Amino acid sequence: MALLEVHGLEKRFGATVALDGVDLEVAAGEVHALIGENGAGKSTLFNILSGAIAPDAGGLAIAGAPYAPRAPGDARARGIAHIHQELSLCPSLSVAENILLGAEPARLGWIDRDRLVARAAALLGEFGREEIDPRVRAGDLALADRQVVEICRALAWDARIILMDEPTSSLQRANVERLFRLVRALRDRGLAVVYVSHFLEEVREVGDRYTVLRDGRSVRSGELAAAGDDELIAAMVGRAVEPAARGARPAAGDVLLEVRDLAEPPRLRGASFELRRGQVLGLAGLVGSGRTDLLRVLFGLLPAAAGTVRMHGRGMGFLSEDRKGEGLALGLSIADNTTLSRLDTCARAGWIDLRQQRAQAEEVMGRLRVRAAGADVTVRRLSGGNQQKVAFGRLLHQDPDVLLLDEPARGIDIASKADIHREIARLAAAGKGVLLVSSYLPELFAVCDDIAVMSRGRLGPARPAGAWTPDSILAAAIGGAGG
Amino acid sequence: MASPRVARLRRWATLLGPFAGLVGVALLFALLVPAPERYLSTANLRVVLAQTVIVALGAIGMTVVMVSGGIDLSVGSSIALTSVVAALALRGGAPPIAAAALGVLCGGLIGLVNGVTITALRIVPFIATLGMLGIARGAAKYLADQQTVNAPASWLNELAVTFPSPPWLLVAPGVWVTLVLAAAMALVLRRSVFGRRVFALGSNEAAARACGIRTGRLKIEVYAVAGLYFGLAGVMQMSRLRQGDPTVAVGVELDVIAAVVIGGGSLSGGEGSIGGALVGALIMAILRNGCQQMGWANYMQEIIIGVIIVLAVAADRYRAARAAAE
Repeated sequence: MALLEVHGLEKRFGATVALDGVDLEVAAGEVHALIGENGAGKSTLFNILSGAIAPDAGGLAIAGAPYAPRAPGDARARGIAHIHQELSLCPSLSVAENILLGAEPARLGWIDRDRLVARAAALLGEFGREEIDPRVRAGDLALADRQVVEICRALAWDARIILMDEPTSSLQRANVERLFRLVRALRDRGLAVVYVSHFLEEVREVGDRYTVLRDGRSVRSGELAAAGDDELIAAMVGRAVEPAARGARPAAGDVLLEVRDLAEPPRLRGASFELRRGQVLGLAGLVGSGRTDLLRVLFGLLPAAAGTVRMHGRGMGFLSEDRKGEGLALGLSIADNTTLSRLDTCARAGWIDLRQQRAQAEEVMGRLRVRAAGADVTVRRLSGGNQQKVAFGRLLHQDPDVLLLDEPARGIDIASKADIHREIARLAAAGKGVLLVSSYLPELFAVCDDIAVMSRGRLGPARPAGAWTPDSILAAAIGGAGG
Repeated sequence: MASPRVARLRRWATLLGPFAGLVGVALLFALLVPAPERYLSTANLRVVLAQTVIVALGAIGMTVVMVSGGIDLSVGSSIALTSVVAALALRGGAPPIAAAALGVLCGGLIGLVNGVTITALRIVPFIATLGMLGIARGAAKYLADQQTVNAPASWLNELAVTFPSPPWLLVAPGVWVTLVLAAAMALVLRRSVFGRRVFALGSNEAAARACGIRTGRLKIEVYAVAGLYFGLAGVMQMSRLRQGDPTVAVGVELDVIAAVVIGGGSLSGGEGSIGGALVGALIMAILRNGCQQMGWANYMQEIIIGVIIVLAVAADRYRAARAAAE
């Protein structure tokens, strides 16, 4: 018998159908991969399972007994723990307090500090991270360590079913290995893990079975070992993915941007390069190697301590890696977000021409295939992939000569990624210069003409993408030899 | 990674700033006033402490509210209403202890209504308590028939006297009551399940809810507990004036919020300490007292306190930015 059963689950938010018939069965001792594009309904499903929202129709059962959570407390009582994609710690509480939040060991309402710390330390030890001191403030921890704290919280609840939403998105490789070991250990203990990820290779590494969600429906499930990547992608997308057509490109044109010895120690120690019209220059390197700082200095968001920048083009556009924090005004409409950088194109004497603004936004939405009811939809209501398209769409509308793109396709679904990559290629063909930071090597190889590697704040020489291999990029990123 | 010792040091350091401000302000006036011996006399110190009691009690309650990520603008009106209620009870022949209890409970009830309004009607605290600011003030005037309510003399009036009757008390009994209640609340915030959950609520409400904490109920408790403190502040007000005055304490909520903020509390929740709030309340009382001794007009006090609030928060921002850069 399945430990967790979901039958015919439906949920709509106003006019938007989030879930439209989801079936899911997860057995004890199984890691079940839940895959699908952003907006396919994975988050809604998790939120229903964890009691945050109620479904409109359909049934849930745990170990055969009906399950109808009305609050997160119910989910907890029935042994479901949800580990969020966005970290949900209380920065001003200690690590131990965070781990045992809601289940603090106490006597007559007073916290038993010794037991609190001891229990938290034991859980951290179980995860193999006994060096994290349970008494420090959670806000003082590094990002990866904070996720460890959050996983320990689920362990503390003695959860039988663990929902993991993109758990590796903020982890570095060593921690990913640790996480996988833990997931396997949880499975061997007889827990059920429902695991959401965009990375198929990652899913294959930990998953046993899978279910594909598309447009709010479960469209396919089975053994992971019996399904090829092509089949999974086809099931997720529902249409053939157009590859980023980077084929025929014009010879690079005039120099747009000349950068010499740009530095802002300690994070940016020295970068020199040229960006030409029609060129997509990829910046590879480890997270924290100074790539983001280079873009921020170029755009004027950070001061430069030394160096020169010569700009021959007209206009520079910047896409932040932090979509929700910097990339978008979440409470504004798609039209407002799209036109924000150049509102003057749809304004007369300081007054916005709403019809013109909408028309311009719709044009951009069409180019990027933004899926929304209209240009006046609030960006907050869009799925992650569509939000990213709107953030990128602002640069299309701004139409600068130089585009600085920081992780333009991170954490979004495959089809959205392809749409953005296709548009980058089109921009280059139109004579723009693109500087692209990405941590995802296949993206760099698919989109870029040239790639330069950043290592410990120094930028190596740019070479044609064909002259690099994944191994040589990694070697340059780690060794700092510049290839 | 910061060790717990560093964290503890940092916690003391955040208290140190307001405390240094307190000493600085006191020293400044000691140098400025024409009669320093009078300014620094124990008699004057007793006056200052007795004057601080009302704002300090309010600041204790407000710290709980602000740590939870909320705000309460109805403090001044609550003080007026509870002072009227306590005075009416005394005039009606109730024993003083019962009158005081009634005032305190009345404050708790106002807080309870605030909490229920915020959670059940989903109204942001600023607006919900802004509404209560008007309602409680109006209710006070209605109950008092738009006049002050003279209360017969009782031992309650001793609470706020400058010279306590067994002299070994040194300061007004109300000051001791305030200190004991401050210590109790500080302990609750640091060590109790309730207190830590209040911090969790203000620090990350979504996380608190996801951990199964019933945040709605917790918020109601927060405003009710704070209301009890505001109610006691109203009783102190009545004891000082020897009457219930429905027009008293207009704008006290701003002094109370200022005290919490000067003491390191944050309007966005998750930060704040009782000790800091008390120091903040004392700073403002010393400023008032010093300005009076200097013979400065009321408007000077207002300007100076305004500047102090801005400077205190600016210093706090600077400290936070430095800590983040480390």
